[in-house]
Amino acid sequence: MTTTTHDHDHDHEHHGPAKGLTRWLYTTNHKDIGTMYLWFSFAMFLLGGTFAMVIRAELFQPGLQLVQPEFFNQMTTMHGLIMVFGAVMPAFVGLANWMIPMMVGAPDMALPRMNNLSFWILPFAFAMLASTLFMEGGAPNFGWTFYAPLSTTYAPPSVTFFIFAVHIMGASSIMGAINIVATILNMRAPGMTLMKMPLFVWTWLITAYLLIAVMPVLAGVVTMMLMDIHFGTAFFNAAGGGSPVLFQHIFWFFGHPEVYIMILPAFGIVSAIIPAFARKQLFGYSSMVYATASIAFLSFIVWAHHMFTVGIPFLGEAFFMWATMLIAVPTGVKVFNWVTTMFRGSMTFETPMLFAICFVVLFTIGGFSGLMLAVAPADFQYHDTYFVVAHFHYVLVPGAVFSIMAGVYYWLPKWSGKMYNETLGKVHFWLSFIGVNVLFFPQHFLGLAGMPRRIPDYALQFADFNMVSSIGGFLFGASQLLFLYIVVHTIVAGKPAPAKPWEGAEGLEWTVDSPAPYHTFSTPPKID
Amino acid sequence: MKLQRVFIALTALLISSVARADWTLNMPRGVTDISQEVYGLHMLTLWVCVVIGVLVFGVMFYSMFKHRKSKGAVSSNFHESTKVELAWTLIPAAVIFAIGVKATYTLADMYNFEESEVTVEVVGYQWRWRYRYIDENAEKEVSFFSSLSTPRDEINNRLEKNENYLLEVDEPMVLPTGTKVRFLLSSADVIHSWWVPALAVKKDAIPGIVNEAWTIINEEGTYRGQCTELCGKDHGFMPVVVEAVSPEEFEQWLADKEQEAIELAELNDREWTFEELMARGEEVYGSACASCHQPNGSGVPGAFPALAGSPIALGPAEGHLDVVVNGVRGTAMAAYGDQLSDADIAAVITYERNAWGNDVGDMVTPVDVYNFKAGE
Repeated sequence: MTTTTHDHDHDHEHHGPAKGLTRWLYTTNHKDIGTMYLWFSFAMFLLGGTFAMVIRAELFQPGLQLVQPEFFNQMTTMHGLIMVFGAVMPAFVGLANWMIPMMVGAPDMALPRMNNLSFWILPFAFAMLASTLFMEGGAPNFGWTFYAPLSTTYAPPSVTFFIFAVHIMGASSIMGAINIVATILNMRAPGMTLMKMPLFVWTWLITAYLLIAVMPVLAGVVTMMLMDIHFGTAFFNAAGGGSPVLFQHIFWFFGHPEVYIMILPAFGIVSAIIPAFARKQLFGYSSMVYATASIAFLSFIVWAHHMFTVGIPFLGEAFFMWATMLIAVPTGVKVFNWVTTMFRGSMTFETPMLFAICFVVLFTIGGFSGLMLAVAPADFQYHDTYFVVAHFHYVLVPGAVFSIMAGVYYWLPKWSGKMYNETLGKVHFWLSFIGVNVLFFPQHFLGLAGMPRRIPDYALQFADFNMVSSIGGFLFGASQLLFLYIVVHTIVAGKPAPAKPWEGAEGLEWTVDSPAPYHTFSTPPKID
Repeated sequence: MKLQRVFIALTALLISSVARADWTLNMPRGVTDISQEVYGLHMLTLWVCVVIGVLVFGVMFYSMFKHRKSKGAVSSNFHESTKVELAWTLIPAAVIFAIGVKATYTLADMYNFEESEVTVEVVGYQWRWRYRYIDENAEKEVSFFSSLSTPRDEINNRLEKNENYLLEVDEPMVLPTGTKVRFLLSSADVIHSWWVPALAVKKDAIPGIVNEAWTIINEEGTYRGQCTELCGKDHGFMPVVVEAVSPEEFEQWLADKEQEAIELAELNDREWTFEELMARGEEVYGSACASCHQPNGSGVPGAFPALAGSPIALGPAEGHLDVVVNGVRGTAMAAYGDQLSDADIAAVITYERNAWGNDVGDMVTPVDVYNFKAGE
């Protein structure tokens, strides 16, 4: 395979990357665009992380020390929006751009120009969103879930910019998703049947369908807000015959699939890494595919579990409780599969594997608290407390974010042609692992003891665990600078990596050189 | 060396906080039958998770220690087994079914609003609660606001924080024990959520919607909670305090409050001097207006307009009355017409027109407020 790629390199010499800035502005190359997505998402990760540091610093002790409540609310809101839409989602799209064509044996994405557009509108969306911090009245301060009427009648003027930014992000996501579906369905190498695709490709195919289904719903709900604010409609205004609860139904019809959009690709990454370092094939490939599809289906019929306290009638409440608890079954199937794959394997624990194992354990803890939250009567006690904060941070940080880091360590040799420093990688892992648990585990206790989320100051009985949590937060935040150093150091001064640096790795991406040539699989590979 | 000092400082901080530690780990059992049931459900689900976790992670860590390459482990090649896969689908499904059945019974209990003896209306305002004890005789109806009573100086670290910091109010909700109390919840502005952990009652207060909840408190005592739905700037500063007393004490309290209501109504009818209005106005301003417009009337640029030197405060009294009584549509300025008594509105407007360098010099009386409202 290596030789074929060289032959084609020769044919396409005039197609090498352009020089300078125009390479990045005009590029239609999936690898360049993937790289830009990844760097962009990392920049957003640091920005959103900075906001989180402000939050944790204010919550270090009871009383108001650093910021006023107004600004604190802007911080929680911007932290959520930036992390969800700016860090986690673009990171997965970046990984998809880099890896999906190489995994299915395609020369590029199906719609390369649209690919360029879907990336390049993102910086504008986030520049606009971040600029609201400097506007009169401040940035959006109504939480990332922007419940009406706090986000409409009572919102600062910057809400209009927020709405426009969300529209752009949505357009970007929809274009990205269409591209991924088109690539997977049309551009697989001959012999690569659907049930032979790597799980990362499968999970992204399903994620892309979720995106296409729900991003228009998000666009719809922010447009209704825009109409309420500027054009006198009353979708969410009770005084005009509308309903604030309608907002929540529409938002969470988007919002619940959205949380699976942020975790399904993670399942795919972990399902690639664990078999590679256990040197043993995934225990149940097809049941993993079916479990992913079931989770995606269920994600559409559980939205109101975010709204157990809004006063849904008994039968509705019971339905959403049962449907939500049902999700534990396919999710369990996934976890059991990963564990069984490790069982009687021949394991080594390089950095990607450490992050992947940590993902399985801590994501499962987040899943456990998810099951607890699903129990509606108990949810009345958990709802909107730090228990919920702990829950979704466990699935998003040591869940989604750790899977992305695992993926970066796993594929970085392929992207850069260099090996990262294993010792530093492990140090980064252990610091992050300790930091993330010290940060989020005490938040379970805070929630159970009765601390509401999104408050800038708290009663004295919450003081101790908040301080512990903040210390964990600072440790976790600082460790990510080490991550930046490791990646830059690898690119600049890493040792050359072989085409397949991992003994047990499987898949087409390892059949091409490291770094992957600018154009791969111009002639489709043969799949047995 | 520097690092070491930081470390020592941090440790010292931690130890000092351990000394006054309150490391509560779990949900309170509460003081109602429902809250006990909820606690039971919580512990049941928690233990189910712990058992599953120990089994799954047990197998995982066993393999991580035994089946590592450095110990010479050779990977076997087994994969896919319908029996195993069926087992790990059906067994969790059965466990979940069991939890679900138990939870559904509790849920049904929580939705049984019938046969209540006392009904209290709870209305959320930015950022306080109004409690109204519903009575067939509207004349005697008891209704009051319950606002945070923690001094600003404690929040801003100028005073030592007291034991109930941020969980104390000027006037708590008083409820009888052993009596089924029904809550009707709504909101005057944004969504709030009324939560008392010890009662396991949490329900959203939503503008335009009336939600229901109920409780029967078994033990006398003071139970504290907070607003749990982000409702703007002072979301963290609108606690809920419920005082549960014996039914006899409750009757006495209610009778006292009814008497108080009659006396308050009389304030609207009496004659007021300028000084009296200014004094009462400053009080009302502090509790109702200062959190947005600031104690010195300077407002918050871009968010809340200043009152010192404002054209409305310096303009004709009708315009000022309109803003306070009717609010300003599309902004955070609420309509205070039905939140404050005529006397309080008169006092606060008089105060705003004559404080912080504003020197209109006129005086708005309760009668003016009454006439303004009637004239609309």
